[in-house]
Amino acid sequence: MKFSRKTLGIPYAVFLLLFVVAPLVVLFYYAFTNGTGEFSLKNLTDFFSDPNTLGTLFYSLLLAMTTTLVCLLIAYPVAYILATSKMKSKPVIIMIFVMPMWINFSLRITALKEILTLIEGNLAFYPFLNSVIGMTYDFLPFMILPIYNTIVKLDGSLTEAARDLGANERRAFMRVTLPLSMPGIISGISMVFLPAMTNYVVLDMLNNSTFIMGSLIGSYFSAHNWHNGSMIALVLLGIICVFTLLTDRGDEKDARTGGALL
Amino acid sequence: MQNNENIIELKHISRTFEDGFKAVEDFNLEVRRGEFVTFLGPSGCGKTTTLRMIAGFDMPTEGDILLNGRDISKLPPNERPINTVFQRYALFPHMNIFENIAFGLKLKKMPKDEIRKKVKKVLELVDLEGFEKRSVSTLSGGQQQRVAIARALVNEPEILLLDEPLGALDLKMRKEMQIELKAMHDELGITFIYVTHDQEEALTMSDKIVVMSEGKIQQIGTPEDIYNEPQNAFVADFIGESNIFNGIMTGSMKARFAGGQFQCVDDVPEGTQITAVVRPEDIEITDPAEGQIRGKVISVIFKGIHYEITVQSGRYEVVIQSTKSAAVGDTVGMKVAPDGIHIMIAEDHTNVFPVDMNRNHRLEFNGTELDTSLTQLIKGSRRNENHELLDENGEVIDPEKIHISAAIEPQDIRMTDDVDDEQVLIEGVISNLIYKGDHYSYVINTELGQDFIVDDEYLWNMEDRVGLILPIDKMRFIVKK
Repeated sequence: MKFSRKTLGIPYAVFLLLFVVAPLVVLFYYAFTNGTGEFSLKNLTDFFSDPNTLGTLFYSLLLAMTTTLVCLLIAYPVAYILATSKMKSKPVIIMIFVMPMWINFSLRITALKEILTLIEGNLAFYPFLNSVIGMTYDFLPFMILPIYNTIVKLDGSLTEAARDLGANERRAFMRVTLPLSMPGIISGISMVFLPAMTNYVVLDMLNNSTFIMGSLIGSYFSAHNWHNGSMIALVLLGIICVFTLLTDRGDEKDARTGGALL
Repeated sequence: MQNNENIIELKHISRTFEDGFKAVEDFNLEVRRGEFVTFLGPSGCGKTTTLRMIAGFDMPTEGDILLNGRDISKLPPNERPINTVFQRYALFPHMNIFENIAFGLKLKKMPKDEIRKKVKKVLELVDLEGFEKRSVSTLSGGQQQRVAIARALVNEPEILLLDEPLGALDLKMRKEMQIELKAMHDELGITFIYVTHDQEEALTMSDKIVVMSEGKIQQIGTPEDIYNEPQNAFVADFIGESNIFNGIMTGSMKARFAGGQFQCVDDVPEGTQITAVVRPEDIEITDPAEGQIRGKVISVIFKGIHYEITVQSGRYEVVIQSTKSAAVGDTVGMKVAPDGIHIMIAEDHTNVFPVDMNRNHRLEFNGTELDTSLTQLIKGSRRNENHELLDENGEVIDPEKIHISAAIEPQDIRMTDDVDDEQVLIEGVISNLIYKGDHYSYVINTELGQDFIVDDEYLWNMEDRVGLILPIDKMRFIVKK
């Protein structure tokens, strides 16, 4: 018996319908209806007129951007040094950065929480800082690996060519290595920024009671307000879509290779 | 006193890598301004390492590099007036052609108008007018190669280094680029240092060829010199096709090899062991009666402008290039004019290696005891009741204080595939082979770092792992205290 490609695709199509399309339809339905089931744009206007929601959006963006920036500032030098050094123990050092990901997430954050409490005395003093530290700890490997993969694949003779043509080490890096590692950087940013926007578990566990987008949606849903919650989720989806489209060009080639290592 | 004619001088350059591998050893070279010099040799001979030291990507462990009389061996690459054309072009993929070529000029802070003019001019030189806005990925291999050359030339370097620049091109393209590069060199008057493993490329383009092997210079000379008067069997074998025979001088300008008596032009003392090199095109096929040697044709291959004819003459195989064909199975005579024979005094191929005296006062090599009598070897020595070796004064000989070397001729060593054979004294890898008419001469790199030269009539492959059987009765021992 022979299967055509189409027949073999059926299980996936069913999966797609049930778990991607159907929830989206439900999401859209709730976002654009009111409590009585009539079409309404009120949820949308609510979102943009409620200072609380906008404040949460702003806080989430700020937190995600700071986390991404900190990750990038740590990850690039690490990835660069690892990729360009002739060390024999390179895989071991990469492992050191990847290994925490094998440990249960909540265990890791709990451990971090204990350490931070020890240093700061009370976590409540620096909620923003703690959240940035927690998320950086959590997402750092996602930034290092794509950058490392891009740099390690760079043809070494390119920097030699730049040096040969009169560039000192700093110039050769700025004009050749850095621009050519952009795909990895973009890939890393999109792998850190998007989860950082929505991940409220880290904040929750580190006792940061400020709402971010994820926790806001959660609170609406637990209050059975499906309509406003859906609308917030939808707006967030829109933001993520725009961001993905913007970074997609550089991402295409390297996201796959970056992800493959994980 | 400095000789102003020499643009660059390499003095006793050596490069030893961290693992102890000697990539380049005692390399000495003078290059005159405007010369086209080629480093020629098989891969791994150290030619690229030497080039990288001139460019500044690698530092010599010993020796000086003088540019116009000034030592530059410690300068970084960006401070040397030398530019490189890389093997795989190394064009910057994130820049278009204009930006690639202008890279060096922009670093020099040259005004924009001037940069534009220079880029335009150099693109004309490499025949790529109007390619400024194109991206690197839209160009063919040959075009990328031209951009790489333009990018180096636009900086007006004193020396242009080319690292196998045509290696990635197809044959036709390569031939075209050879002619163009040569024309560019003649037009610009810049000194070119070119690296290749392709002997034909080297012969076509160079003013001076440096033949290298295993990190050492084998011969420096004009293409004619190198081809017509190779200094050793390696050069003869590497440059062009050659018949190489071991032989002996039998009189003034008379040599005996390949089973025949030949008149030659090199005056080497009678009785000297020689290596004779005869180019295939210098052998003339004659009637059997008229030839200096005779043989049976075993193969004939048509090669376009000539036939390649292989003749079996006694134990020897002789390769001949001739415009006249012959039939397989024919008996033919062969004649070589005196100036077609190149005589080299044979290098001494005897293998000499150290052996140890172990704690049991026995000879040992590579962990295996050699069954030989030490009492006969060391005059006046005898063994006491503990089997210890005593010298003529009756004192126990300290193994640390005695040095014994063993010598064995290449033809006395046997090679075997079976490295676990108990007769095998040492294992090694075949790193070199030269056909010498009736046998192959192999160089075996062993794990002890000692190279052995082995003659064998059968063909083994390069990189083969072999065990060496050194018959003890064929070894001679030399004792030094």
